[in-house]
Amino acid sequence: MLLIHCPYCEEDRSELEFRWAGEAHIARPENIAAISDEEFAEYFFLRNNEKGLTYERWRHIHGCGRFFNAARDTVSDRFLTTYKAGLPKQVLPETGASEKTVETYEATEGDAR
Amino acid sequence: MSASSNSGAYRIKGAGRLTPARTARFTFDGKSYTALEGDTVASALLAHGVHLLGRSFKYHRPRGILSAGPEEPNALIDVSRDAARRQPNVRATVQEVFDGAKIASQNRWPSLKFDVGAINNLFSPFFAAGFYYKTFMWPREAWVKVYEPFIRRAAGLGVAPTEEDPDHYASRYAHCDVLIAGAGVAGLTAALSAAATGQSVFLVDEQPQVGGALHYDAATTIDGQNGYDWAQRTAAKLRAMPNVTVLTRTTVFGYYNHGFLGLVERVTDHVAKPGKDLPRERLWQVRAKRVVLATGSIERHMVFANNDRPGIMLASAARTFLNHHGVAVGRQVGVYTAHDSAYEAAFDLKRAGVSIAAIVDNRPDPSEALLAEARALGISVLSGHAVTDTGGRLRTSSMTVARNGGGDARKIAVDALIVSAGWTPSVHLFSQSRGKLRFDEANQRFLPDIYAQDCVSIGACNGTDDLAELIGEAIAAGGGSVALSGENRFEWTGGMIGAAEGAGPDTTVKAFVDFQHDVTAKDIRLAVREGMHSIEHIKRFTTNGMASDQGKLSNMHGLAIAAEMLDRPIPKVGLTTFRAPYTPVTYGTLVGHSRGELFDPARKTPMHALETAEGAEFEDVGNWKRAWYYPKRGEDMLAAVNRECRTVREVAGVFNGSTLGKIEVVGPDAAEFLNLLYTNAWGNLKPGKSRYGIMTREDGFVYDDGVVGRLAEDRFHVTTTTGGAPRVLHHMEDYLQTEFPHLRVWLTSTTEQWAVIAVQGPKAREIIEPFVEGVDLSNEAFPHMSVAECSVMGAPARLFRVSFTGELGYEINVPADYGPAVWKAIWERAEPMGACLYGTETMHVLRAEKGYIIVGQDTDGTVTPDDAGLAWAVSSKKPDFVGIRGLKRPDLVREGRKQLVGLLTKDPNVVLEEGGQIVVDPNQPKPMTMLGHVTSAYWSENCGRSIALALVAGGRARMGETLYVPLADRTIEVEVTDMVFFDKQGGRIHG
Repeated sequence: MLLIHCPYCEEDRSELEFRWAGEAHIARPENIAAISDEEFAEYFFLRNNEKGLTYERWRHIHGCGRFFNAARDTVSDRFLTTYKAGLPKQVLPETGASEKTVETYEATEGDAR
Repeated sequence: MSASSNSGAYRIKGAGRLTPARTARFTFDGKSYTALEGDTVASALLAHGVHLLGRSFKYHRPRGILSAGPEEPNALIDVSRDAARRQPNVRATVQEVFDGAKIASQNRWPSLKFDVGAINNLFSPFFAAGFYYKTFMWPREAWVKVYEPFIRRAAGLGVAPTEEDPDHYASRYAHCDVLIAGAGVAGLTAALSAAATGQSVFLVDEQPQVGGALHYDAATTIDGQNGYDWAQRTAAKLRAMPNVTVLTRTTVFGYYNHGFLGLVERVTDHVAKPGKDLPRERLWQVRAKRVVLATGSIERHMVFANNDRPGIMLASAARTFLNHHGVAVGRQVGVYTAHDSAYEAAFDLKRAGVSIAAIVDNRPDPSEALLAEARALGISVLSGHAVTDTGGRLRTSSMTVARNGGGDARKIAVDALIVSAGWTPSVHLFSQSRGKLRFDEANQRFLPDIYAQDCVSIGACNGTDDLAELIGEAIAAGGGSVALSGENRFEWTGGMIGAAEGAGPDTTVKAFVDFQHDVTAKDIRLAVREGMHSIEHIKRFTTNGMASDQGKLSNMHGLAIAAEMLDRPIPKVGLTTFRAPYTPVTYGTLVGHSRGELFDPARKTPMHALETAEGAEFEDVGNWKRAWYYPKRGEDMLAAVNRECRTVREVAGVFNGSTLGKIEVVGPDAAEFLNLLYTNAWGNLKPGKSRYGIMTREDGFVYDDGVVGRLAEDRFHVTTTTGGAPRVLHHMEDYLQTEFPHLRVWLTSTTEQWAVIAVQGPKAREIIEPFVEGVDLSNEAFPHMSVAECSVMGAPARLFRVSFTGELGYEINVPADYGPAVWKAIWERAEPMGACLYGTETMHVLRAEKGYIIVGQDTDGTVTPDDAGLAWAVSSKKPDFVGIRGLKRPDLVREGRKQLVGLLTKDPNVVLEEGGQIVVDPNQPKPMTMLGHVTSAYWSENCGRSIALALVAGGRARMGETLYVPLADRTIEVEVTDMVFFDKQGGRIHG
């Protein structure tokens, strides 16, 4: 179970108190009514689903109720940082935890050095 | 007869640490035995010379005790206190004897000594690896009826209890600076070191006492004391420290993300008469800042022909039984080893008066120190030799010994054979923490390499064999400083993995690798020959390591045999993943208090007791218990619902609407916020008025609906569907916090704050009038879709004039605590007037008669407001709202979308089935082209016929068209209509 730092409560709390809320830093277009189908698809449907460093939103739903942003390495499951909603994307160096491509889930299992 | 001889003929006077005077009685397969307090079932039976404990999984071969600890794959027993407290598949080497315990062997019929299933052993050529996969392939039906029941009967282990578990299980959360898994020399030393720094420490060990390897290793001294005694004193010292928690009989079974660990503490399984207030087991969920793994290592067996007979066991196990329990595992014991540790076991046994037939060492050159000690004790050592076979039926009676490479074979009589192929570091928890292993070529073992979490491995699980080095490592891991020295008699070397002499690829002998799943070296080779080249495939094809012991003894042997066959180095073949739990954990422990009513707690409205008293039947809506219908004597559901439906329209009905989701939207920008979240326009809604609102997602599909009342310029009372309340609030918060944070709006869930009593029907006004203060209820002053804050029976109230029935109706919101009193008063007035109580079923029928939709029933997440006939609710004047762009997507505006329409069956007495598919031509070939499906279907007593709503492609252009609903046994003819079946002019609502 993950341990997540809520930037509003300023405490590390158990994952049980949080809900994941999708990729971060996808702003709703201000002129949304006027955008093209392609732009709408880009905004609403397409997500990067990156392996390694990922920016995502969480909500401290059973705590303060606030949405916030997090940078997490999806390979090691480490949180690199969390920060308040509305702040610009925190640029972080690649973690290096995902240095090699693994073809399948099973392949990771036989992966002893 | 003395107490000590009572407790078994193999009990050695003066040996072990148990107290002869403290005895306990238990039965094994009905026969009574005496044990000593502190015995495991295994040690107690061995003390009586009982080695045969069960039959194997597949071949039903006689099996005994292989180990003295939790790694035991063989000796699985059924333990019971009483009828309901019976547990199968318990390891006899872990279960402590308690007075009155009833122990039974498993997997045998009719008896342990004569087992019919053993015939499988004769047919074993047919039961090779992959047998089930290859044999029971077809026909498919035979799987359910023939193969599976047969396999389950023949290849079962224990039998699950059928009665409900009467015990209770506790759960606890804890946080600590450092958690130490394992309380052997390394763990205890690390705990001393960490505790001295003032850190909060958890020291956890699965055995009843701390000490780990010191249970069997009687020759080691720590701090100048006998090692085991030092361990007990150290534990006592640690227990006395306020910053240390010592948990014994507690297994760290899982090491998860971010220092989160699962522990199971066995509280009463060893107690004869557990206190009623004690849980049987306790689940600990610990968040540790740092973890020290001191989990030790596990001795491996030798892989040779017929290595599974009762009486054959690990050398360290024999040593534990002797040095801890005071039990000799035989009188004439053979030793077969590839590692030094078995020598010390032989020496201890010999000194205790047991005859050692010979030490057979497959290594050509054992160390001189060991050989000298063996000579001094008069033990013959056959180096460069192998045990190539064993004899005996229910217990081993001989070992066949031959020089390596063949020749010189002879049979030596033994009544026990102790074996050691060396030690496997217990890297399970390290691996669970996502750490990466490296292969230690010199010692043929996997060791921790790259750590994924703040964690350190020390001692045997880290491959640290030297005692002084181990102590130094442990002190460093604790972070403090402790002065401690230790001394042991022999440095151990040696070890092998894979098949031993006489069980190589050129043989067909049964040399067991995995005892619990009956996997032999031959099976693993067969898997490779049949094309399984990944260790994961080999594992699944042979089931090696897939039993409840998870291959603690077998994995390394299996890997080595596969690597040899594949002609690849071991690290290239790889290791299968270690998964939690380390040892089996009962469901009771994981579930804890979350069972029965607490499994998924029901939400009950304030009026629940009153509804129950009125005879309501309830239905589950989400977690809510909602009154479904109120049957009178002799009424079935249909009769009750028909009466309720009729009564509401003729007189009035009282309905509990408390579960309706309610959100208070407050702030200067509240109207602007609702403009963005709903498709409707809210700016022109006056305080004191309410409006039906539709919420779409950004993609344009209907997400929720409900009536929104404006109480003041800056205050709205928003209602949502019963099931949708939490997600709607989440959705609103998301937009408010992240997209529209400039808006000054506050959202509060008030679902449970308000009890809602709906009164619907022609006499609704007459019923509620006397209770309401501060509102003129006349049509002119308080027309349909009005809302007012007022007082009802003196309680602060919000009164809505609103209707989900099409009748004159009101919904009275009062604070939840007032709900029952107001409900009772209203019902006491309404009942003599001929009104009824009605439940959700009637509510559903009445709204369908009016064509009012239910989001989630008549819509499914792909329905637009226009599809649902609600285009009027989408403002065309607003510059923005959530969904404005999605609604313009080409697919959402195309012709021929599925639209909600009414359906009338040609035969008015036939009620359609919800979910029924709709087609134009019922005679077309399958698969038919389906136009849509029935979303709601009821018998309408008020219409005197059946009614239905349906999503139909191009539905509104098909008015009057005849369509068909094909079912399994018949086809129903229907006509497409509009959605209003009752009071099409809608006059009644204004009554």
